[in-house]
Order: sequence, then C-alpha cells, then structure tokens
Amino acid sequence: MELIDLSLIWAVIIGFAIIMYVLMDGFDLGVGILFPFAPDEQSRDIMMNSVAPVWDGNETWLVLGGAGLLGAFPLVYSTFLPALYIGVFLMLAGLIFRGVAFEFRFKANRKRPWNWAFAGGSTVAAFAQGAVGGAYVQGFNTVDKVYVGGAFDWLTPFTVMTGLGLLAGYALLGTTWLIMKSEGHTQDWAYRITPRLLFAVLIVFGLISVWTPLVDDFVRERWFGNLGIIWVLPALALLSTYILWRAVRKRQEGMPFVATMAMFIFTYLGLLVSKWPYMVPPNYTIWDAASAPGSQLFLLIGMLFIIPIVLAYTAWTYWVFRGKVRADAGYH
Amino acid sequence: MELDPLLLSRIQFAFVVSFHAIFPVFSIGLASYIALLEGLFYKTGNPLWSRLSHFWIKIFAVVFGMGVVSGIVMSFQFGTNWSNFSYATANFIGPLLSYEVITAFFLEAAFLGVLLFGRNKVPPGTHLFAAGMVALGTFISSFWILATNSWMHTPAGVELQDGIFQITSWTEAIFNPSFPYRFMHMGLASFLTGGFVVAGVSAWYLLRGRDVEANRKALSMCLWLLLIIAPAQAVIGDYHGLNTLEHQPTKVAAMEGNWETQNGVPLLLFAIPSKETQSNSFEIGIPKLASFILTHDMNGEVPGLKEVPVAEQPPVALVFWSFRLMVGIGVLMILFAFAGAWLRWRGQLYDHRFFLRGMSWMIGAPFVAVIAGWFVTETGRAPWLVQGMMSHSEGLTPSLTGAMALFTLIGYITVYAVVFTAGIYYITRIVKAGMEHDESGDTDEVERPSRPMSAAHIPFDKPATPPTSG
Ligand code: HDD
Ligand code: HEM
Ligand code: HEM
Repeated sequence: MELIDLSLIWAVIIGFAIIMYVLMDGFDLGVGILFPFAPDEQSRDIMMNSVAPVWDGNETWLVLGGAGLLGAFPLVYSTFLPALYIGVFLMLAGLIFRGVAFEFRFKANRKRPWNWAFAGGSTVAAFAQGAVGGAYVQGFNTVDKVYVGGAFDWLTPFTVMTGLGLLAGYALLGTTWLIMKSEGHTQDWAYRITPRLLFAVLIVFGLISVWTPLVDDFVRERWFGNLGIIWVLPALALLSTYILWRAVRKRQEGMPFVATMAMFIFTYLGLLVSKWPYMVPPNYTIWDAASAPGSQLFLLIGMLFIIPIVLAYTAWTYWVFRGKVRADAGYH
Repeated sequence: MELDPLLLSRIQFAFVVSFHAIFPVFSIGLASYIALLEGLFYKTGNPLWSRLSHFWIKIFAVVFGMGVVSGIVMSFQFGTNWSNFSYATANFIGPLLSYEVITAFFLEAAFLGVLLFGRNKVPPGTHLFAAGMVALGTFISSFWILATNSWMHTPAGVELQDGIFQITSWTEAIFNPSFPYRFMHMGLASFLTGGFVVAGVSAWYLLRGRDVEANRKALSMCLWLLLIIAPAQAVIGDYHGLNTLEHQPTKVAAMEGNWETQNGVPLLLFAIPSKETQSNSFEIGIPKLASFILTHDMNGEVPGLKEVPVAEQPPVALVFWSFRLMVGIGVLMILFAFAGAWLRWRGQLYDHRFFLRGMSWMIGAPFVAVIAGWFVTETGRAPWLVQGMMSHSEGLTPSLTGAMALFTLIGYITVYAVVFTAGIYYITRIVKAGMEHDESGDTDEVERPSRPMSAAHIPFDKPATPPTSG
C-alpha cells in the first residue's frame, strides 16, 4: 500500500469528476440561464430539446463528486456541507426546479411558469456553485476536523464575485453549445451574444485572479514563488479565449464550444494549483482528509473498470443525439 | 421555544427521504414493465404493446424526473445535517454510494435519454436494450442503497476505532444479516407498486370503456403477477420479522406493542401504547398468536420493550401503528389478487364494476404501505442511527443550529409541495388523455409537432374529452 499514494490517485479522480460536472452540466445550466433572453418560444423549444436527453447524465457527475468525496475524502464532505449549508440548499432547490421543468414544460400549455422555473433554477444553482468554489478558496473555520463557523461565513463579497463569474461562464458554455446544436435565427442570436458574455467572463475572471493573491498569502506565495511553470495555465486559458473569439468571428460551429471548454479546464487547473495540496483549507491536506486506505482501494478497483465503460456509453448517447436540433425534433 | 436541531433534522430527513422513496418504488416496478412491453412489441409486432409502452413511458418520464431530483437532495442530506455520522461511517457508506453512482445512476441516466428520445434514432433492438438497461439500473441502485441501509440496522464487518468505523470484512458488511430480507421485501414492494398502479389505471379505463383491448391485456397481466407476489410479500415479510427478532428485538417488541418479556403473547389488533405508563390501553388481541408467528410455538417467549431503558425505546405508538397499516394493506392486496383470480375463473374479470372500481381505488395503497414500512423499520431503530453503535445525537452536525435546520425544513416542504402538486397534476392529465390519441405506433413517427410529449394535440391544461369508445 505504501508503494502507491492512493490519496493522490483519488485527488485526481475527484478532480476529474468535478471538471466533468462543470463542463457537462455547465452547458445545460448555461442554456437555462440564457432561457429568458432567447429570441422566441421556438428557440426555447430548440434550447430545451438540445439538452433534454443528456442533462440527467450530466448531473450524475455531481452525485459522483459528492459520493466520491464521501468515499475517498470524507473530511471534505463532512466540513464543506455543514459550512455551506444554506448555499447547498439553494443549489439543490435550484436543481429541483430546473430538473422537473424539463418534464413539466413539455406537457404544459401554459409554459411561462416552467420557463421561469427552468431559468430561475439554473441561475440559482450556477450562482451557488460559483460561491461554493469561492468559499473553497476562502477556507473554512475548523477545529479538530469539525466545522465550527457560522451559517453565513461563506457569503462574502469574494464569493458573490465567484458566483457571478461562474454564472457568466456557464452562460458562455451554453451559447457556444447552442452555436453547435442550432441553426437559423437561434444560432444567429447565440453568435451575437457570445462575445458579450466572453467579455463579462474575462472581466470577472480577471478580477478574481487579481483579488485572490491579494487576500490570500498562500496563493500569492504559490504564484509568485519559484514555481514559474504554472504560469503556463493562465497563458493557455488566455489563448483559448483568443481562439474562441476568432472562431466566433469566423462563424465556426464546433470550435467555440471546444475553446470554451479548454478555457474552463485551464482556469480550473489554475485554481487547483493555487490551493494544492490543501483540500479543506487552510488546515487540512488531501492526506488529512482521506478515508481508510482499505476503503479507497476497494472503491478504486471498481472505478478503474467501470468509469471507462461509463464514459463509453455516455459518449455513445451523445453520438445518438448528434447533429442539429430542431424545435419539432421528436421529443419522446 | 428553543429550536432543537436534532428533532428538526430528524423530521427533515424523514420528510425528504419519504418523499424520495415514493418515486423509486414506482420507477423500479414501472421500468421492468416497460421493458417487458417493449420486448413483447419487438417479438410480436403487435401495436397494442407499443401503445401501452408509449403511454407508460410518458408517466415514467415524470416519475423518474421527480425521483432523480429528490435523490440528488438525498445524497447531500448525510453531509448537511448528519456530518458526524457521515464522517464516522464514510469508510463503508462512501464506497457503497459511489458504487451506486457508477454502476446504477449513470446507466439509468444515459439509457433513459435513449429510451425517451431515441425511438427514431436507434434501431428497435437498441431501443429495447435501452429499456432493459434502465430497468437493470434501478435494481442495481436498490442493491447498493439497501445494503447501506441494512447495515445501519444490522451492522457487521466493521469495528469502531476512535469513533470511526473501520472495515474488517467487505462481504460481511455488504451482505449483512438483514440485507437479503430487506432487498427481497423492497423488490416485491416495487413490483406490487407498479402492478397495482398499472392494474388500477387499466381498471379505470375499462370502467369508462376506453381502449378496451389494450387495457384488458394490461389488467390481466398485472393480476397474474399480483396473484403471485402479493402472498409472497407476506411470506417474505414474515421472515424479515423473524430476522429482526434476532437482531433488533426491541423493534419487534414495539411492532407487537409488547412491554414485558413473556410467553404466549397475543397478537394485538388494536391498542394505544404509551411510553409514559409503559403499557397499552384498549387492547384487543388474538391470544397467543404473536408468540406463534414469531416463535412458531403458542407459548414461545417474546422479548418486551422493558428489556431496555425507556431512553432506548423507539417511539412505540408510531412503530406499532405503521406496522399495522402496512400489514393491513398487505392483506388487502392479497384479497384483491384472489378476488381477481376468482372473477377471472368465473369469466367476469373485465365486467365486474365493483371490482374494477376497487382496483382503481387501490392505486394509492402501495405507496402508503411502503412509507409505513419504512417508518416501522427506521423509527423502530431509534435512538440508534447505527444499531447499538451510534445514536442519532452522536451523528448530528455540530455546527447546525435550530434556525438553520428550520429554514431548510420549511424550504424543502415548500419546494416539494409545489413540485409534487404539479407532478400529480400532469400525471393525472396524461391518464385522463389516455392512450387512444397516441396512434403513432412505432413506424410513422418521423416528424412530431413541437410539443410531441404533450402527446400529440392534447392540450393538457384543458379538460380532456373522453372518447366514446375504445
Ligand atoms: C429501493 C430503492 C431506493 C432507495 C431506498 C433510495 N433510492 Fe435513490 N433512487 C433509486 C432507488 C432508491 C432509483 C430507482 O435508482 C432512482 C429513483 C428514480 C430514479 O430516477 O432513480 C433513485 C434516484 C436517486 C438519485 C439520483 C440519481 C441520478 O442522478 O440519476 C440519487 C442521488 C439517489 N437516488 C440517492 C439516494 C439516497 C442517498 C438514498 C437514501 C437515503 C436513496 N437514494 C434511497
Ligand atoms: C428510501 C427509503 C427510506 C425511507 C422512507 C426512510 C425513512 C426514514 C424515517 C421515517 C426516518 C426517521 C426515523 C426517526 O427519526 O425516528 C429515517 C431515519 C434515518 N434514515 Fe432512513 N429511510 C429510507 C432509507 C434510508 C437509507 C437508504 C439510508 C442510508 C443509506 C437511511 C438513513 C437514515 C438516517 C441517517 C436516519 C436518521 C435521521 C432521522 O432520524 O431522521 N434511510 N429514515
Ligand atoms: C403482508 C404482510 C407484510 C409483512 C408481514 C411485512 C413485514 C415487514 C416487517 C417485519 C418489516 C420491518 C423490517 C425491519 O424490522 O426492519 C417490514 C418493512 C417494510 N415493509 Fe413490509 N410487510 C408486509 C407487507 C408489505 C407490503 C404490502 C409492502 C409494500 C407494498 C411493504 C413494504 C415494506 C417496506 C418498504 C419496508 C421497509 C423496508 C424494509 O425494512 O424492508 N410491506 N415489513
């Protein structure tokens, strides 16, 4: 057991599950965030049809993130959730409303309420997730591995900023997804608003990047210490931004989405680098947060076999539903 | 009044998990039924099966959606309100829930997309395969979650070290003593739920003379199934109880309302148990029957509640009455299944209005029985969270205040009330609209109107017009 660092492997797996979630549920939450701004009801039908067959699978990555943390790093699970109690509730309430909106909207004649449930739920959930990310950067007030802070410690100007940042980021994933999946006036609309959203994302991400090292000594030390190589990450993120911008100008269809995903991945890696190896900052590292090696191993064995299969059939379902979506393309 | 975070968290957990449980039991049963219908259609090409399948898939989509969103809430409940419990039991519960996600939830979610939306995008065989995978996923899911839950009742394969559960044997922990019984009991409960709902809806249609051929088939199939599984459930339930007697005698004492350890205990049909007086009032019972059921001896000894201190007794009246509710409904189900068989033999099955009406009233019964059963099991374990090893109060989140717990409790109740009302509303609309309109069969569905899910042309927000004949 000493030969392989199970906690390290698990940190990678959990990191993978979280970014999978962010990318995949990101675009379908983004579609929800954009819902009220869609040009017309027909576009809304297209938007919803484009994510209806896959959103459930996308959200399952969130469940895997949660259950995986409980299995591999229970300390994260047992401190984050109490600390983020109210935020988690808001996120779940948001996810409930948007989840049922898929089913209910298609069966309703009066679609308005479900349009709002879908948009409102997506927006609240996205904001709450951004705030959770910010709270992680901020750190938690713990004593003896137990959270001892108050109910609203997580809600600060900084986390509001990260919440808004993720909101804009998800919306960007949403528009670029729509560029890929739609045509006609819906696609025109998506092309139009993408640069504006990109601009908003750049501003918020920029602010966060400046802000974090200022308030957090550890992060400053990490970035301005002697680890020059990590500057590759923000450089790549900026490069992706440029590619995205150019692709939209050239009205390419698939590239904007790919570039947005790349932007997310590099930003995310940058975030992880800032805090590594702390999992419950400021006190506990991935090794402090780990479950028993036997449990990590028991789960790892199954993971290594099953996750590739999951990825394979998930890819297959995306393949089944490939191509442009139309408002009248068979639902059920 | 001081708000007690422990009490509020218990109410909250009981509320959200009971709400969640309503949907799985139905989707597990229905998923298998849909897979069966798809299989029959694939084999025979008879459009009748396809029509039934189309219809139930619509309802399934709504039920499944509500199951998913309420399930996502569940996977965070352990951490938000029971963080000490999560931390202590993570070595066991964490891997099991993760296995559930990767073996079941992904499977269900991915193939659900194909089942619901892929009919024209994949070959019929693949579509059938997707239906089978969704059904399989629901079973794998109940395997893991019931293993976890059973372990909390009959913990095995672990030892407590410094307040943390460490695994000594994975097989013993997963296949813990109450797991086989709970898994079978719950599996049958799911099929009973699916069976009674489908049979009830079919009966309702038959009463109105709608789509007679298809609904006769559906009713007949369900009644054959119920004839076997309704009695089987009682037998399994009996074994389940015997196993509980061995491992959680106090729970059984509460189910029987038996205070003293004694011989020749009567089976109480009615009583008002009171923890204050440590006795029952208004007892009506059948002499010696409880002893006979539990020990297979008229004078066998049955343990009483007083074996443990008052503080370790569960809420007796709740366990006692929930148990009677569940068993009562179980008996009623057996009666209905037998009545169906008898009417079939007499050749009156499809015309006996009284019976058909009864079947349609039974639609709600399995849900009540399931919730009642869970209340027996779970409140009967109180004050333990992990039987004999960890109590409710030890498992609570330390930083949780009464105000926070109250806020989210009210929040969940509000959100679920809205969602549930809307869900029931749309399901009722689908049922009222019926399957007659869905003539699309399987072949001519290339293009559908913009809201095809609102089943072709039926405005769900307006009163449905019942057609004159099937
Ligand atoms: C016997 C069955 C059973 C029981 C006791 C439970 N569940 Fe459940 N659950 C299912 C059977 C199921 C299912 C059949 O697999 C569901 C129901 C409807 C559905 O969509 O899948 C589901 C959905 C579901 C989901 C959403 C899955 C997705 O994203 O697709 C989660 C996260 C949970 N459940 C978690 C839980 C937790 C934490 C429970 C314990 C308190 C629990 N369930 C009790
Ligand atoms: C889905 C079906 C289930 C139902 C309907 C159900 C019902 C209940 C009820 C009514 C209580 C309240 C007991 C009391 O406070 O006296 C409870 C407690 C509890 N159950 Fe379950 N349960 C289910 C499944 C599970 C599973 C699968 C787990 C674990 C994996 C679980 C874990 C717990 C915990 C941690 C508590 C303590 C919190 C509390 O007392 O409210 N339950 N459950
Ligand atoms: C007809 C006779 C029945 C008997 C004798 C019986 C017996 C039992 C017993 C003894 C328990 C408690 C297990 C424990 O100690 O933890 C239980 C739980 C339960 N029962 Fe029943 N039952 C019957 C019918 C039903 C029916 C008809 C349903 C639903 C359709 C049902 C659903 C449940 C559920 C969901 C639970 C909780 C989960 C579990 O522990 O298995 N039961 N039953």
